[in-house]
Amino acid sequence: MKRIALLGMPNTGKSTLFNRMTGSSARVGNWPGITVELLAGKILLGGDMVEIIDLPGMYDLHGFSEDEQVVRHFLHDNVPDLALVVLNATQIERQLSLLLQLKQINLNMVVLLNMADEAKKFGITIDTAKMTEALGIPIFLLSAKYGAGYGVALQAITKALRYTTPGMAEHLRDQLKSDSQIEAEMARVLQHSVQVPARLPDNLTDQLDRLMLHPWLGLPIFFGVMYLLFQAIFFFGQPLQTGVNDLFSWLRDAAIAPLLASLPAALQGLLLDGIYNGLATVAAFVPLIVLFFLFMAIVEDTGYLSRAAFLMDALMAKMGLDGRSFVMLLMGFGCNVPALMGTRVMRSRSLRLLTMLVIPFSLCSARLQVFVFITAALFSPKAAPLVLFSLYLFSFGTAILTALLFKRYLPNSEPFVLELPPYRFPTLRQLVLRGWHEVYHFIHRASKFIVAGVVLVWLLTHLPPSAAPASADTFAGMIGAWLHPLFKPIGITAELTIALIFGFVAKEIVIGSLAVIYGLGGQALSNSLALQLDWVQAYSFMLFTLIYTPCLSAIATLRSESKNTGFMLFSVAWSLVLAWVISFVFYQGARALGY
Amino acid sequence: MDCVTKDSVLWNNAGIIISCCIMPAVALSTLVPGEAATIVAIHTEGPLHQRLLAMGFRTGKIIEVIRRARFAGPLQVRIGTTDILLRRNEAEKIMVKKA
Repeated sequence: MKRIALLGMPNTGKSTLFNRMTGSSARVGNWPGITVELLAGKILLGGDMVEIIDLPGMYDLHGFSEDEQVVRHFLHDNVPDLALVVLNATQIERQLSLLLQLKQINLNMVVLLNMADEAKKFGITIDTAKMTEALGIPIFLLSAKYGAGYGVALQAITKALRYTTPGMAEHLRDQLKSDSQIEAEMARVLQHSVQVPARLPDNLTDQLDRLMLHPWLGLPIFFGVMYLLFQAIFFFGQPLQTGVNDLFSWLRDAAIAPLLASLPAALQGLLLDGIYNGLATVAAFVPLIVLFFLFMAIVEDTGYLSRAAFLMDALMAKMGLDGRSFVMLLMGFGCNVPALMGTRVMRSRSLRLLTMLVIPFSLCSARLQVFVFITAALFSPKAAPLVLFSLYLFSFGTAILTALLFKRYLPNSEPFVLELPPYRFPTLRQLVLRGWHEVYHFIHRASKFIVAGVVLVWLLTHLPPSAAPASADTFAGMIGAWLHPLFKPIGITAELTIALIFGFVAKEIVIGSLAVIYGLGGQALSNSLALQLDWVQAYSFMLFTLIYTPCLSAIATLRSESKNTGFMLFSVAWSLVLAWVISFVFYQGARALGY
Repeated sequence: MDCVTKDSVLWNNAGIIISCCIMPAVALSTLVPGEAATIVAIHTEGPLHQRLLAMGFRTGKIIEVIRRARFAGPLQVRIGTTDILLRRNEAEKIMVKKA
């Protein structure tokens, strides 16, 4: 099968093009370095199946960062039949250098000048015919996001695939011409084919940035935006969650329970109180999660992340981190795993490790489910959003504390140089893709971890058969009793302890397993929790859930990204110790104050 | 550009005179927002040098400081159509001449 590779500098729209070509839902965003891994998809092109490979962005073939090495190794080991070089048309003046470097390694190439819509707005005119002639490579203008020029480009790609790549030299870097030669050639190509206005018109981005990056207002605006975002998630998400919950309860009573009535009691229990209750309670959060990721996608797509990096870099520097670390913490609010992988754009190992050490404290969407459920059950509707916001503050606080404590063991002098892209509008198509991707991701996790988790919890709370369900005589009761001395000082009951153990695997299981332990779903579970716990216990439980290890996937990612088992174990141990200490201080402090 | 002395003529590696005025070269970090200048030297090495080149930092290019972040934070600079954030540390290594 022939292979097409997408190459280009970061944030030029390679993944957007990849999604358009293959119909995939690779994560896209207005942030240089959102793709750090190879993605592959297959399409039918000119009657043949062709494999399309989306590569991380690279600034040049000398690149030293880990995501750039991914590209170099790929090119070295798998010479593609065709390289689609994606350049940002508005920045053609400088991005041409990468194209000229790639040209030297004799790849079969088609060049796509992406973001043609933006270039037009900037008043940049590019004569692709002249440029094609000067370079001897087919060049096309297109907008991968809106689709303009895509049809013509695809035809050219199909045609170019008929030729083969002449082959590539063993040592990529040795072959590269000196920078001055490249510079002279850039000038030659650009001279006749590209016109850039001497001064760019004052555009929307400049106007917005005067406010968003204002010397004094910038940071307050940033935190204001974040606060409103989380308020909105709670405001819209909580009723949605209750609605879906009611739907599942109704479905259970109206259809599923009667259907299973003929089965033996134990099997009925496992299916209904185990799998159905557990899954339904977790599934009720799907609308909330989709909503959350839509908000995240808007923040990512607009280009606000780079602004956050600008605003926060000075403060992050005091913690031995940089603006990009802060952006990764923000991404961690969605899911810690991609945030951990996103650190690949950092070249200093110390900076990477320190950033990876703080990311697990980022309050991810799976933990958000637990907190939304518990705050709704135990706090008044007025207090609940504030409680939730306080947990976000704890999330930042523990990250800061961790960075401050460990920065001297991981000192770095990594330069901070980052592109600031213009603000861009997310398209509906991108948002729908993202929403669908998250639903798919949830179903995937549900089938993998959550069903297994709730079944296991059900077995633990119902075996041995002689014991009364969820009593002290069951296996779960025994484990709870055994760990009780450890969790009693932080106000966590035996039932919650079992949920925490399963939360180690994935935080989505926490609520699911509570549903199984109590044998109740949805509203009934909320009511039962409100009767058995007071707010101090509940908050202590949430603090522990927030701070201790995010999930098995995050642990595995910590291991694979750091390539160091010791580092992974340290991260897990540190988060457990910190979780216990903070919950202890909170619980005992609150009790001492008479709450 | 009016030449004042012949001694301070600067050439870039393509052999074109890019600056020939008596204004002394200063570090990029000393520019205030709104000021533009011509890059005359980039005193960085290795990976950072490559990255800066790829981002459009080249001698002879006009660079403008758009804004500086509070608390000695990074600078936002503009070269052509690209906006870049960089820390003052890095900006100290880039020498420019004001027009």
